[in-house]
Amino acid sequence: MSDLFSKFDPLIQQREALLSTGVTDPFSLVMERVISPTVAVCNGRETILLGTYNYMGMTFDPDVIAAGKQALEDFGAGTTGSRVLNGTYAGHRAVEDALKEFYGMDHAMVFSTGYQANLGIISTIAGKGDYIVLDIDSHASIWDGCKMGDAEVVPFRHNDIEAMEKRLKRIPEGAGKLVVLEGVYSMLGDIAPLREMIAVAKANGAMVLVDEAHSMGFIGPNGRGVAEEQGVLDQVDFVIGTFSKSVGTVGGFCVSNHPKFEIMRLVCRPYVFTASLPPSVVATAATSIRKLMHGEAKRAHLWENSRTLHKGLKDLGFQLGTDEPQSAIISVIMPDLERGAAMWEALLHEGLYVNLARPPATPAGMTLLRCSLCAEHSAEQVQTIIGRFDRAGRIAGIL
Amino acid sequence: MDRAATADRIAALIAPFNKKGVEISDASTFAGDFEFDSLTVMDFVAAIEDEFDIIISMNQQAEIETYGQLVDAVVKLKG
Repeated sequence: MSDLFSKFDPLIQQREALLSTGVTDPFSLVMERVISPTVAVCNGRETILLGTYNYMGMTFDPDVIAAGKQALEDFGAGTTGSRVLNGTYAGHRAVEDALKEFYGMDHAMVFSTGYQANLGIISTIAGKGDYIVLDIDSHASIWDGCKMGDAEVVPFRHNDIEAMEKRLKRIPEGAGKLVVLEGVYSMLGDIAPLREMIAVAKANGAMVLVDEAHSMGFIGPNGRGVAEEQGVLDQVDFVIGTFSKSVGTVGGFCVSNHPKFEIMRLVCRPYVFTASLPPSVVATAATSIRKLMHGEAKRAHLWENSRTLHKGLKDLGFQLGTDEPQSAIISVIMPDLERGAAMWEALLHEGLYVNLARPPATPAGMTLLRCSLCAEHSAEQVQTIIGRFDRAGRIAGIL
Repeated sequence: MDRAATADRIAALIAPFNKKGVEISDASTFAGDFEFDSLTVMDFVAAIEDEFDIIISMNQQAEIETYGQLVDAVVKLKG
Protein backbone atom coordinates (compact mmCIF):
# COMPACT_ATOMS: atom_id res chain seq x y z
CA MET A 1 0.00 0.00 0.00
CA SER A 2 1.46 3.36 -0.96
CA ASP A 3 0.97 6.02 1.71
CA LEU A 4 -1.16 8.84 0.34
CA PHE A 5 0.50 11.15 2.85
CA SER A 6 4.00 10.72 1.39
CA LYS A 7 3.38 13.76 -0.85
CA PHE A 8 3.46 15.91 2.30
CA ASP A 9 6.88 14.67 3.39
CA PRO A 10 8.87 17.69 2.16
CA LEU A 11 6.62 20.04 4.13
CA ILE A 12 6.73 17.81 7.22
CA GLN A 13 10.53 17.79 7.05
CA GLN A 14 10.74 21.56 6.55
CA ARG A 15 8.49 22.11 9.59
CA GLU A 16 10.49 19.70 11.74
CA ALA A 17 13.75 21.39 10.77
CA LEU A 18 12.33 24.81 11.64
CA LEU A 19 10.86 23.71 14.98
CA SER A 20 14.05 21.84 15.94
CA THR A 21 15.78 25.24 16.15
CA GLY A 22 13.57 25.86 19.20
CA VAL A 23 11.34 28.48 17.59
CA THR A 24 7.67 28.63 18.69
CA ASP A 25 5.36 27.07 16.11
CA PRO A 26 3.82 30.09 14.37
CA PHE A 27 0.82 28.04 13.27
CA SER A 28 -0.33 26.78 16.65
CA LEU A 29 -0.83 30.01 18.58
CA VAL A 30 -3.83 30.01 20.89
CA MET A 31 -5.49 33.19 22.07
CA GLU A 32 -6.60 32.35 25.59
CA ARG A 33 -8.62 35.49 26.10
CA VAL A 34 -9.59 38.31 23.75
CA ILE A 35 -9.83 41.59 25.64
CA SER A 36 -10.70 43.97 22.80
CA PRO A 37 -10.31 44.24 19.01
CA THR A 38 -6.64 45.12 19.58
CA VAL A 39 -5.56 43.16 22.68
CA ALA A 40 -5.60 39.44 23.59
CA VAL A 41 -3.85 37.11 26.00
CA CYS A 42 -1.57 34.71 24.10
CA ASN A 43 0.51 32.12 26.00
CA GLY A 44 -0.29 33.95 29.22
CA ARG A 45 1.01 37.29 27.92
CA GLU A 46 -1.04 40.37 27.10
CA THR A 47 -0.46 40.93 23.41
CA ILE A 48 -1.27 43.72 20.97
CA LEU A 49 -3.07 42.25 17.96
CA LEU A 50 -1.64 43.41 14.65
CA GLY A 51 -2.66 40.55 12.42
CA THR A 52 -6.42 40.12 12.63
CA TYR A 53 -7.95 41.91 9.57
CA ASN A 54 -10.28 43.44 12.13
CA TYR A 55 -9.84 46.74 10.29
CA MET A 56 -12.79 48.64 11.73
CA GLY A 57 -12.73 47.03 15.18
CA MET A 58 -16.38 45.95 15.02
CA THR A 59 -15.94 42.65 16.89
CA PHE A 60 -16.73 44.23 20.28
CA ASP A 61 -19.04 47.01 19.14
CA PRO A 62 -21.85 47.13 21.77
CA ASP A 63 -24.64 47.44 19.19
CA VAL A 64 -23.23 44.53 17.20
CA ILE A 65 -22.97 42.32 20.30
CA ALA A 66 -26.50 43.27 21.41
CA ALA A 67 -27.93 42.39 17.99
CA GLY A 68 -26.22 39.01 18.06
CA LYS A 69 -27.48 38.20 21.56
CA GLN A 70 -31.02 39.18 20.64
CA ALA A 71 -30.98 37.00 17.50
CA LEU A 72 -29.60 34.08 19.48
CA GLU A 73 -32.54 34.45 21.91
CA ASP A 74 -35.17 34.98 19.24
CA PHE A 75 -34.07 32.61 16.48
CA GLY A 76 -31.84 30.02 18.16
CA ALA A 77 -28.26 28.90 17.69
CA GLY A 78 -28.38 27.79 14.07
CA THR A 79 -30.56 27.30 11.01
CA THR A 80 -29.66 23.63 10.42
CA GLY A 81 -30.40 24.10 6.76
CA SER A 82 -29.51 25.42 3.34
CA ARG A 83 -30.69 28.83 2.18
CA VAL A 84 -32.90 27.20 -0.45
CA LEU A 85 -34.61 24.87 2.04
CA ASN A 86 -35.18 25.84 5.67
CA GLY A 87 -32.15 28.09 6.01
CA THR A 88 -33.48 31.53 5.03
CA TYR A 89 -34.56 33.51 8.11
CA ALA A 90 -35.59 37.14 8.36
CA GLY A 91 -32.00 37.94 9.34
CA HIS A 92 -30.59 36.64 6.05
CA ARG A 93 -32.89 38.93 4.11
CA ALA A 94 -32.02 41.80 6.45
CA VAL A 95 -28.27 41.43 5.95
CA GLU A 96 -28.72 41.20 2.18
CA ASP A 97 -30.79 44.41 2.31
CA ALA A 98 -28.02 46.07 4.34
CA LEU A 99 -25.46 45.01 1.70
CA LYS A 100 -27.59 46.32 -1.18
CA GLU A 101 -27.84 49.64 0.61
CA PHE A 102 -24.16 49.73 1.55
CA TYR A 103 -23.03 49.19 -2.06
CA GLY A 104 -26.00 50.86 -3.79
CA MET A 105 -26.56 47.72 -5.85
CA ASP A 106 -29.64 45.76 -6.89
CA HIS A 107 -28.71 42.28 -5.69
CA ALA A 108 -26.87 40.76 -2.76
CA MET A 109 -26.27 37.11 -2.00
CA VAL A 110 -24.74 35.92 1.26
CA PHE A 111 -22.51 32.84 1.57
CA SER A 112 -21.31 31.05 4.66
CA THR A 113 -17.72 32.29 4.16
CA GLY A 114 -15.83 34.62 1.84
CA TYR A 115 -13.98 31.61 0.48
CA GLN A 116 -17.29 30.06 -0.57
CA ALA A 117 -18.41 33.32 -2.20
CA ASN A 118 -15.44 33.27 -4.58
CA LEU A 119 -15.60 29.52 -5.01
CA GLY A 120 -19.31 29.61 -5.79
CA ILE A 121 -19.62 32.66 -8.01
CA ILE A 122 -16.50 32.07 -10.12
CA SER A 123 -17.07 28.34 -10.67
CA THR A 124 -20.73 28.91 -11.56
CA ILE A 125 -20.54 31.87 -13.94
CA ALA A 126 -17.42 30.79 -15.89
CA GLY A 127 -18.07 27.36 -17.38
CA LYS A 128 -16.75 25.14 -20.13
CA GLY A 129 -15.55 27.14 -23.12
CA ASP A 130 -15.41 30.41 -21.16
CA TYR A 131 -12.14 32.13 -20.24
CA ILE A 132 -11.06 33.47 -16.86
CA VAL A 133 -8.27 36.04 -17.02
CA LEU A 134 -6.85 36.66 -13.56
CA ASP A 135 -3.94 38.18 -11.65
CA ILE A 136 -1.26 35.61 -10.72
CA ASP A 137 -1.33 36.85 -7.10
CA SER A 138 -5.03 36.07 -6.66
CA HIS A 139 -6.29 34.59 -3.38
CA ALA A 140 -6.56 30.81 -3.01
CA SER A 141 -10.37 31.01 -3.03
CA ILE A 142 -10.24 32.56 -6.52
CA TRP A 143 -7.89 29.86 -7.82
CA ASP A 144 -10.04 27.15 -6.29
CA GLY A 145 -13.14 28.68 -7.90
CA CYS A 146 -11.33 28.57 -11.26
CA LYS A 147 -10.36 24.95 -10.72
CA MET A 148 -13.85 23.91 -9.70
CA GLY A 149 -15.41 25.39 -12.85
CA ASP A 150 -14.45 24.14 -16.29
CA ALA A 151 -13.35 27.45 -17.82
CA GLU A 152 -9.96 28.00 -19.44
CA VAL A 153 -7.76 29.75 -16.87
CA VAL A 154 -5.32 32.40 -18.08
CA PRO A 155 -3.19 34.22 -15.48
CA PHE A 156 -1.16 37.38 -16.01
CA ARG A 157 1.69 39.03 -14.10
CA HIS A 158 0.59 40.92 -10.99
CA ASN A 159 -1.09 44.27 -11.78
CA ASP A 160 0.33 44.19 -15.35
CA ILE A 161 -2.26 45.96 -17.49
CA GLU A 162 -0.51 45.24 -20.80
CA ALA A 163 -0.11 41.52 -20.03
CA MET A 164 -3.80 41.35 -19.18
CA GLU A 165 -4.79 43.14 -22.39
CA LYS A 166 -2.66 40.88 -24.61
CA ARG A 167 -4.31 37.79 -23.15
CA LEU A 168 -7.81 39.20 -23.52
CA LYS A 169 -7.17 40.01 -27.17
CA ARG A 170 -6.04 36.44 -27.92
CA ILE A 171 -9.21 34.81 -26.60
CA PRO A 172 -11.20 33.23 -29.45
CA GLU A 173 -14.09 35.25 -30.88
CA GLY A 174 -17.39 34.60 -29.15
CA ALA A 175 -16.01 32.99 -25.99
CA GLY A 176 -17.31 34.27 -22.63
CA LYS A 177 -14.71 36.24 -20.67
CA LEU A 178 -14.42 36.94 -16.96
CA VAL A 179 -11.65 39.15 -15.58
CA VAL A 180 -10.97 38.54 -11.88
CA LEU A 181 -9.17 41.23 -9.87
CA GLU A 182 -8.72 42.18 -6.23
CA GLY A 183 -8.96 45.69 -4.79
CA VAL A 184 -6.25 45.13 -2.17
CA TYR A 185 -3.82 42.23 -2.51
CA SER A 186 -3.47 41.03 1.04
CA MET A 187 0.08 39.70 0.98
CA LEU A 188 1.89 42.97 0.23
CA GLY A 189 -1.04 45.29 0.96
CA ASP A 190 -0.85 46.90 -2.47
CA ILE A 191 -3.87 47.98 -4.49
CA ALA A 192 -4.78 47.32 -8.13
CA PRO A 193 -5.02 49.99 -10.85
CA LEU A 194 -8.68 49.07 -11.25
CA ARG A 195 -9.64 52.10 -13.33
CA GLU A 196 -7.22 51.20 -16.11
CA MET A 197 -7.68 47.44 -15.82
CA ILE A 198 -11.47 47.56 -15.85
CA ALA A 199 -11.42 49.90 -18.87
CA VAL A 200 -9.28 47.36 -20.75
CA ALA A 201 -11.50 44.47 -19.63
CA LYS A 202 -14.65 46.25 -20.80
CA ALA A 203 -13.09 47.31 -24.12
CA ASN A 204 -12.44 43.62 -24.74
CA GLY A 205 -15.94 42.49 -23.89
CA ALA A 206 -15.19 40.88 -20.55
CA MET A 207 -17.31 40.83 -17.40
CA VAL A 208 -15.43 41.94 -14.29
CA LEU A 209 -15.36 40.47 -10.80
CA VAL A 210 -13.49 42.34 -8.07
CA ASP A 211 -12.73 40.88 -4.65
CA GLU A 212 -12.86 43.77 -2.18
CA ALA A 213 -12.36 41.67 0.97
CA HIS A 214 -9.50 43.82 2.30
CA SER A 215 -10.93 47.24 1.43
CA MET A 216 -14.55 47.16 2.60
CA GLY A 217 -15.36 49.69 5.26
CA PHE A 218 -12.45 52.07 4.87
CA ILE A 219 -11.32 52.53 1.23
CA GLY A 220 -13.51 54.76 -0.93
CA PRO A 221 -15.74 57.69 0.10
CA ASN A 222 -18.42 55.26 1.41
CA GLY A 223 -16.08 52.41 2.30
CA ARG A 224 -17.19 50.41 -0.74
CA GLY A 225 -13.64 49.61 -1.75
CA VAL A 226 -10.90 50.37 -4.24
CA ALA A 227 -13.29 50.38 -7.23
CA GLU A 228 -15.29 53.13 -5.53
CA GLU A 229 -12.12 55.03 -4.62
CA GLN A 230 -11.05 54.98 -8.29
CA GLY A 231 -14.54 55.89 -9.54
CA VAL A 232 -15.28 52.66 -11.40
CA LEU A 233 -17.60 50.73 -9.10
CA ASP A 234 -20.43 51.10 -11.65
CA GLN A 235 -18.27 49.19 -14.16
CA VAL A 236 -17.82 46.19 -11.86
CA ASP A 237 -20.23 43.34 -12.61
CA PHE A 238 -19.63 41.40 -9.39
CA VAL A 239 -18.15 42.56 -6.09
CA ILE A 240 -17.07 39.78 -3.74
CA GLY A 241 -16.67 40.57 -0.07
CA THR A 242 -16.51 39.08 3.38
CA PHE A 243 -17.93 39.60 6.86
CA SER A 244 -14.75 38.27 8.47
CA LYS A 245 -12.67 41.43 8.12
CA SER A 246 -14.11 44.94 8.59
CA VAL A 247 -17.60 43.60 9.37
CA GLY A 248 -16.13 41.64 12.29
CA THR A 249 -17.91 38.29 12.11
CA VAL A 250 -17.93 35.52 9.48
CA GLY A 251 -19.59 35.09 6.08
CA GLY A 252 -19.12 36.09 2.47
CA PHE A 253 -21.16 37.81 -0.19
CA CYS A 254 -21.52 38.88 -3.78
CA VAL A 255 -23.29 42.11 -4.81
CA SER A 256 -24.24 42.81 -8.41
CA ASN A 257 -26.49 44.80 -10.71
CA HIS A 258 -26.79 41.96 -13.20
CA PRO A 259 -30.52 41.69 -14.05
CA LYS A 260 -30.48 37.88 -13.91
CA PHE A 261 -28.39 37.66 -10.73
CA GLU A 262 -31.04 35.97 -8.56
CA ILE A 263 -30.77 32.72 -10.57
CA MET A 264 -27.45 32.20 -8.76
CA ARG A 265 -29.45 31.08 -5.72
CA LEU A 266 -30.53 27.97 -7.60
CA VAL A 267 -27.41 27.10 -9.60
CA CYS A 268 -24.49 27.98 -7.33
CA ARG A 269 -23.53 24.79 -5.52
CA PRO A 270 -21.44 26.28 -2.65
CA TYR A 271 -24.57 28.34 -1.86
CA VAL A 272 -27.13 25.57 -2.24
CA PHE A 273 -25.40 22.59 -0.65
CA THR A 274 -24.33 24.03 2.68
CA ALA A 275 -26.01 25.30 5.83
CA SER A 276 -26.72 29.02 6.01
CA LEU A 277 -25.11 31.35 8.54
CA PRO A 278 -26.52 31.25 12.10
CA PRO A 279 -29.06 33.94 13.02
CA SER A 280 -26.69 35.60 15.49
CA VAL A 281 -24.03 35.93 12.80
CA VAL A 282 -26.28 37.57 10.21
CA ALA A 283 -27.70 39.89 12.89
CA THR A 284 -24.22 41.04 13.95
CA ALA A 285 -23.23 41.43 10.28
CA ALA A 286 -26.28 43.52 9.38
CA THR A 287 -25.80 45.81 12.39
CA SER A 288 -22.10 46.19 11.67
CA ILE A 289 -22.62 46.94 7.95
CA ARG A 290 -25.14 49.66 8.76
CA LYS A 291 -22.72 51.22 11.26
CA LEU A 292 -19.89 51.07 8.70
CA MET A 293 -21.97 53.35 6.45
CA HIS A 294 -21.23 56.11 8.97
CA GLY A 295 -17.65 55.21 9.82
CA GLU A 296 -15.90 58.36 8.51
CA ALA A 297 -14.10 59.17 11.77
CA LYS A 298 -12.87 55.61 12.21
CA ARG A 299 -11.72 55.45 8.59
CA ALA A 300 -9.67 58.61 9.02
CA HIS A 301 -8.03 57.25 12.18
CA LEU A 302 -7.25 53.91 10.49
CA TRP A 303 -5.50 55.71 7.63
CA GLU A 304 -3.55 57.77 10.17
CA ASN A 305 -2.47 54.52 11.89
CA SER A 306 -1.44 53.01 8.56
CA ARG A 307 0.68 56.03 7.61
CA THR A 308 2.31 56.22 11.05
CA LEU A 309 3.24 52.52 11.16
CA HIS A 310 4.50 52.51 7.56
CA LYS A 311 6.75 55.51 8.20
CA GLY A 312 7.90 54.19 11.57
CA LEU A 313 8.95 50.81 10.19
CA LYS A 314 10.53 52.34 7.10
CA ASP A 315 12.55 54.76 9.25
CA LEU A 316 13.78 51.83 11.37
CA GLY A 317 15.17 50.28 8.20
CA PHE A 318 12.71 47.46 7.52
CA GLN A 319 12.00 46.50 3.93
CA LEU A 320 8.27 46.97 3.28
CA GLY A 321 5.89 45.53 0.67
CA THR A 322 4.92 48.96 -0.68
CA ASP A 323 6.78 52.28 -0.92
CA GLU A 324 3.75 54.15 0.37
CA PRO A 325 0.92 52.85 2.57
CA GLN A 326 -1.88 51.80 0.19
CA SER A 327 -4.19 49.95 2.59
CA ALA A 328 -4.43 48.88 6.24
CA ILE A 329 -1.93 46.09 5.56
CA ILE A 330 1.75 46.86 6.09
CA SER A 331 3.89 43.96 4.97
CA VAL A 332 7.44 43.57 6.27
CA ILE A 333 9.69 41.51 4.00
CA MET A 334 11.94 39.01 5.79
CA PRO A 335 15.22 37.74 4.34
CA ASP A 336 14.18 34.06 4.68
CA LEU A 337 11.80 31.73 6.52
CA GLU A 338 14.23 30.99 9.38
CA ARG A 339 14.86 34.63 10.25
CA GLY A 340 11.20 35.46 9.59
CA ALA A 341 10.14 32.84 12.14
CA ALA A 342 12.76 34.13 14.61
CA MET A 343 11.49 37.70 14.16
CA TRP A 344 7.88 36.56 14.53
CA GLU A 345 8.77 34.84 17.79
CA ALA A 346 10.75 37.81 19.07
CA LEU A 347 7.73 40.04 18.39
CA LEU A 348 5.46 37.62 20.23
CA HIS A 349 7.81 37.74 23.22
CA GLU A 350 7.61 41.53 23.07
CA GLY A 351 3.81 41.18 23.19
CA LEU A 352 2.94 41.79 19.55
CA TYR A 353 1.07 39.42 17.26
CA VAL A 354 1.54 39.69 13.48
CA ASN A 355 0.97 37.16 10.67
CA LEU A 356 3.88 35.09 9.48
CA ALA A 357 3.18 34.46 5.78
CA ARG A 358 5.25 32.06 3.71
CA PRO A 359 5.17 30.31 0.34
CA PRO A 360 2.94 29.18 -1.32
CA ALA A 361 0.64 31.89 0.10
CA THR A 362 3.15 34.63 -0.69
CA PRO A 363 4.28 35.96 -4.10
CA ALA A 364 7.80 35.19 -5.40
CA GLY A 365 8.63 32.82 -2.53
CA MET A 366 8.82 35.65 0.01
CA THR A 367 8.54 35.31 3.77
CA LEU A 368 6.49 38.16 5.17
CA LEU A 369 5.48 39.55 8.52
CA ARG A 370 2.11 40.97 7.74
CA CYS A 371 0.63 43.68 9.91
CA SER A 372 -3.04 44.60 9.63
CA LEU A 373 -4.07 47.73 11.47
CA CYS A 374 -7.32 48.43 13.23
CA ALA A 375 -9.25 51.68 13.60
CA GLU A 376 -9.30 50.89 17.33
CA HIS A 377 -5.51 50.91 17.65
CA SER A 378 -4.73 54.09 19.57
CA ALA A 379 -1.94 56.41 18.44
CA GLU A 380 -0.03 55.29 21.57
CA GLN A 381 -0.43 51.61 20.65
CA VAL A 382 1.01 52.31 17.20
CA GLN A 383 4.07 53.92 18.82
CA THR A 384 4.38 50.90 21.16
CA ILE A 385 4.19 48.62 18.10
CA ILE A 386 7.03 50.49 16.38
CA GLY A 387 9.14 50.22 19.56
CA ARG A 388 8.53 46.47 19.74
CA PHE A 389 9.54 46.06 16.09
CA ASP A 390 12.74 47.93 16.84
CA ARG A 391 13.69 45.66 19.76
CA ALA A 392 12.62 42.42 18.08
CA GLY A 393 14.42 43.41 14.88
CA ARG A 394 17.69 43.72 16.82
CA ILE A 395 17.13 40.47 18.74
CA ALA A 396 16.38 38.55 15.53
CA GLY A 397 19.27 40.17 13.68
CA ILE A 398 17.09 41.73 11.00
CA LEU A 399 18.06 45.32 11.77
CA MET B 1 3.91 25.60 -38.75
CA ASP B 2 7.05 23.52 -39.26
CA ARG B 3 7.91 21.64 -36.05
CA ALA B 4 11.67 22.15 -36.39
CA ALA B 5 11.32 25.91 -36.91
CA THR B 6 8.97 26.14 -33.91
CA ALA B 7 11.39 24.12 -31.78
CA ASP B 8 14.23 26.50 -32.73
CA ARG B 9 12.23 29.54 -31.67
CA ILE B 10 11.26 27.89 -28.37
CA ALA B 11 14.87 26.87 -27.74
CA ALA B 12 15.90 30.52 -28.05
CA LEU B 13 13.13 31.56 -25.64
CA ILE B 14 13.96 29.01 -22.97
CA ALA B 15 17.66 29.95 -22.80
CA PRO B 16 17.27 32.83 -20.28
CA PHE B 17 15.09 30.60 -18.07
CA ASN B 18 17.45 27.62 -18.26
CA LYS B 19 19.64 28.93 -15.46
CA LYS B 20 21.13 25.52 -14.66
CA GLY B 21 22.16 25.04 -18.28
CA VAL B 22 20.23 21.79 -18.58
CA GLU B 23 20.77 20.04 -21.89
CA ILE B 24 17.48 20.22 -23.74
CA SER B 25 15.78 17.26 -25.34
CA ASP B 26 12.16 16.48 -26.13
CA ALA B 27 12.07 14.37 -22.96
CA SER B 28 13.30 17.17 -20.63
CA THR B 29 10.69 17.95 -17.98
CA PHE B 30 9.94 21.46 -16.75
CA ALA B 31 9.39 20.52 -13.11
CA GLY B 32 12.09 17.85 -12.83
CA ASP B 33 14.92 18.82 -15.21
CA PHE B 34 14.54 22.59 -15.48
CA GLU B 35 13.22 22.93 -11.89
CA PHE B 36 10.83 25.73 -12.87
CA ASP B 37 8.80 27.16 -9.99
CA SER B 38 5.31 28.55 -10.57
CA LEU B 39 6.50 32.11 -11.18
CA THR B 40 9.10 30.98 -13.71
CA VAL B 41 6.46 28.90 -15.45
CA MET B 42 4.26 31.97 -15.76
CA ASP B 43 7.06 34.12 -17.19
CA PHE B 44 8.20 31.40 -19.57
CA VAL B 45 4.65 30.70 -20.76
CA ALA B 46 4.12 34.45 -21.24
CA ALA B 47 7.27 34.60 -23.40
CA ILE B 48 6.01 31.72 -25.57
CA GLU B 49 2.53 33.24 -25.80
CA ASP B 50 3.90 36.61 -26.87
CA GLU B 51 6.30 35.07 -29.42
CA PHE B 52 3.60 33.00 -31.12
CA ASP B 53 0.57 35.18 -30.31
CA ILE B 54 -1.30 32.30 -28.69
CA ILE B 55 -2.89 31.47 -25.33
CA ILE B 56 -1.70 28.42 -23.41
CA SER B 57 -4.28 28.26 -20.62
CA MET B 58 -3.39 26.66 -17.29
CA ASN B 59 -5.71 23.80 -18.23
CA GLN B 60 -3.52 23.16 -21.29
CA GLN B 61 -0.33 23.67 -19.30
CA ALA B 62 -1.39 20.88 -16.97
CA GLU B 63 -1.07 18.47 -19.91
CA ILE B 64 2.41 19.72 -20.83
CA GLU B 65 5.15 18.12 -18.77
CA THR B 66 8.02 17.83 -21.24
CA TYR B 67 9.78 20.09 -23.69
CA GLY B 68 8.61 17.92 -26.60
CA GLN B 69 4.99 18.20 -25.48
CA LEU B 70 5.34 21.98 -25.36
CA VAL B 71 6.67 22.12 -28.94
CA ASP B 72 3.81 19.89 -30.10
CA ALA B 73 1.26 22.04 -28.26
CA VAL B 74 2.58 25.26 -29.82
CA VAL B 75 2.59 23.71 -33.32
CA LYS B 76 -1.01 22.62 -32.77
CA LEU B 77 -2.14 25.98 -31.35
CA LYS B 78 -0.59 27.85 -34.29
CA GLY B 79 -2.58 25.50 -36.57
